Amino acid sequence: MSELKGIYALWYREFKVFLRERSRIISSIVNPILWLLIIGGGLGSAVSFSGAFKDINYQTFIYPGILIQTALFSSIFFGVYIVWDKKIDFLKEVLVAPMRRTSIFIGKIIGGSTDTLLQIIILLVIGFAFMVGGIMPGLHLNIISVLVSLAFLLVTTVGLVSIGLILGSQMESPEGFQFISSFLIFPLFFLSGALFPITNLPSWLSPFILVNPITYSVDGVRGIMMGVSQFNIAFDFVIVCLFAVIMILIGTYAFKKMKI
Amino acid sequence: MNIIEIKNLTKKYNDLNAVDNLNLQIGEGEIFGLLGPNGAGKTTTLLMLTTLKQPTSGTATINNFDIIKQPGKVRKSIGIVFQDPSSDEILTGYENLKLHGWLYDMPDDLREQRIKEVLELVDLTDRKDDRIKKYSGGMRRRLELARGLMHHPKVLFLDEPTLGLDPQSRDVIWKYIEKLAKEKNMTIIITTHYMDEADKLCNRLAIIDHGKIVVMGTPKELKKEVGGDIIRLKAENLDGEVFKKLKYVKNVSKCDSEICLTVEDGNKHLQEILKVAGKVDSVEIRSPTLDDVFLHYTGRGMREGSPEGSWADKAMSVRSGK
Repeated sequence: MSELKGIYALWYREFKVFLRERSRIISSIVNPILWLLIIGGGLGSAVSFSGAFKDINYQTFIYPGILIQTALFSSIFFGVYIVWDKKIDFLKEVLVAPMRRTSIFIGKIIGGSTDTLLQIIILLVIGFAFMVGGIMPGLHLNIISVLVSLAFLLVTTVGLVSIGLILGSQMESPEGFQFISSFLIFPLFFLSGALFPITNLPSWLSPFILVNPITYSVDGVRGIMMGVSQFNIAFDFVIVCLFAVIMILIGTYAFKKMKI
Repeated sequence: MNIIEIKNLTKKYNDLNAVDNLNLQIGEGEIFGLLGPNGAGKTTTLLMLTTLKQPTSGTATINNFDIIKQPGKVRKSIGIVFQDPSSDEILTGYENLKLHGWLYDMPDDLREQRIKEVLELVDLTDRKDDRIKKYSGGMRRRLELARGLMHHPKVLFLDEPTLGLDPQSRDVIWKYIEKLAKEKNMTIIITTHYMDEADKLCNRLAIIDHGKIVVMGTPKELKKEVGGDIIRLKAENLDGEVFKKLKYVKNVSKCDSEICLTVEDGNKHLQEILKVAGKVDSVEIRSPTLDDVFLHYTGRGMREGSPEGSWADKAMSVRSGK
């Protein structure tokens, strides 16, 4: 079972590093809260929905979007650590171990996903507090909805961490990584319906939103938490799974081809 | 028995032959040095032998396993200490070693026992729970040396083991390498561009340049070939020709604005040489270095290069997108 121990080793490292880099945890929690309070509160005072979301305030509406945003930023950005590992020779130390590249990729995915999910769980607790405190009416957080949402978010996160790792395996400088990843993160976020309902959009905008896999993730989580979704939730889940599987396959290939 | 057999090993980057048809046999228990200027192909050779880079053509066997066909088995047989730091700064020394044990699938009790053993070997037992961030460069290198040994590899590769270390740390690292070779009877391959390092540690060494072996032998043999000590003279209107008459002067060459002499028993003959030279501005006498050996065998000086790498290194890293 040599591969399992190696995978565990990689996870262990990511997890320890994550726990020890406090600034990373803090910023990953503070940013979403700022979004929720400032964008949610500020824009929320000017936005009111009609139709399906008419009983839901803007803050509540974007809450699933903010969860996905955290997954997006944290997961894709996780790929930059590969670039850092390349800068020092740590990556070589891992690659020269008698382990398959696929296992290294899997270890990295599990490590990155753990980081992201921990952040999401903290945000779920905060969401629960806001719900109980009456700030976000219309939000249904209970054990079942939380577990199903976590399944959605986990699969999305795995796909996104893969994207980060693919980028990281191909890039040579952290600056380059940052540049390319922000080109990816922002469209994925803004074109996902995280901040606005995707019904009645201008016709030029719709196609972009429909091809974005993150749209289905946001839609699914919103459906679970608020009971209102654009698509069938099962359909959303299938799309999100497909997205993750495709990214894992590309990632495995990218890792096999990775040059040092 | 040869533990390493390199056959026609070649690595090309576009038109540049980083490693050019390399053939080499290294016996079990040898400490073998690969010397050469930056960009000579030392690290590329090492990366191919450790299965991290695919050769363009040719191959090699390590511990009877083929580096191309059986990379997994090769990796199990080797340990490597890389040129750049390869431990995680945020983890402690102990954690870095534990990680290594897992990556090499060592049973738990064996792993703990080896960690204890190698930490003692490099005298880091009392610092094992400090994060690497707090280690000095020399301590970090020692930890990585310990890590490279943990799984008892048949062959240990050391890529520029003392690059960038202060003289004191270099001495310490050398001490550990010698201790290792003696205690574990391990085959050790060292790349370096320091002659004194190779001189001190290696039984045998090869000087490589442009991916080819220029000369191979024991350090003693190579230095002997140079023919003596180097005396460097700086003086106005000094003509090198006058020294050619002296029979203990083996070679006269002009380096920059100075005259370089290769002199048998330089210390003994310095007086006479100064007499012949007349008034000099400055004089320097030293033992031959890699530079001199290199100069002797290739007829030219080593290429200029920072420790990070020469133009050739850079050309290669541009190729690979670095």
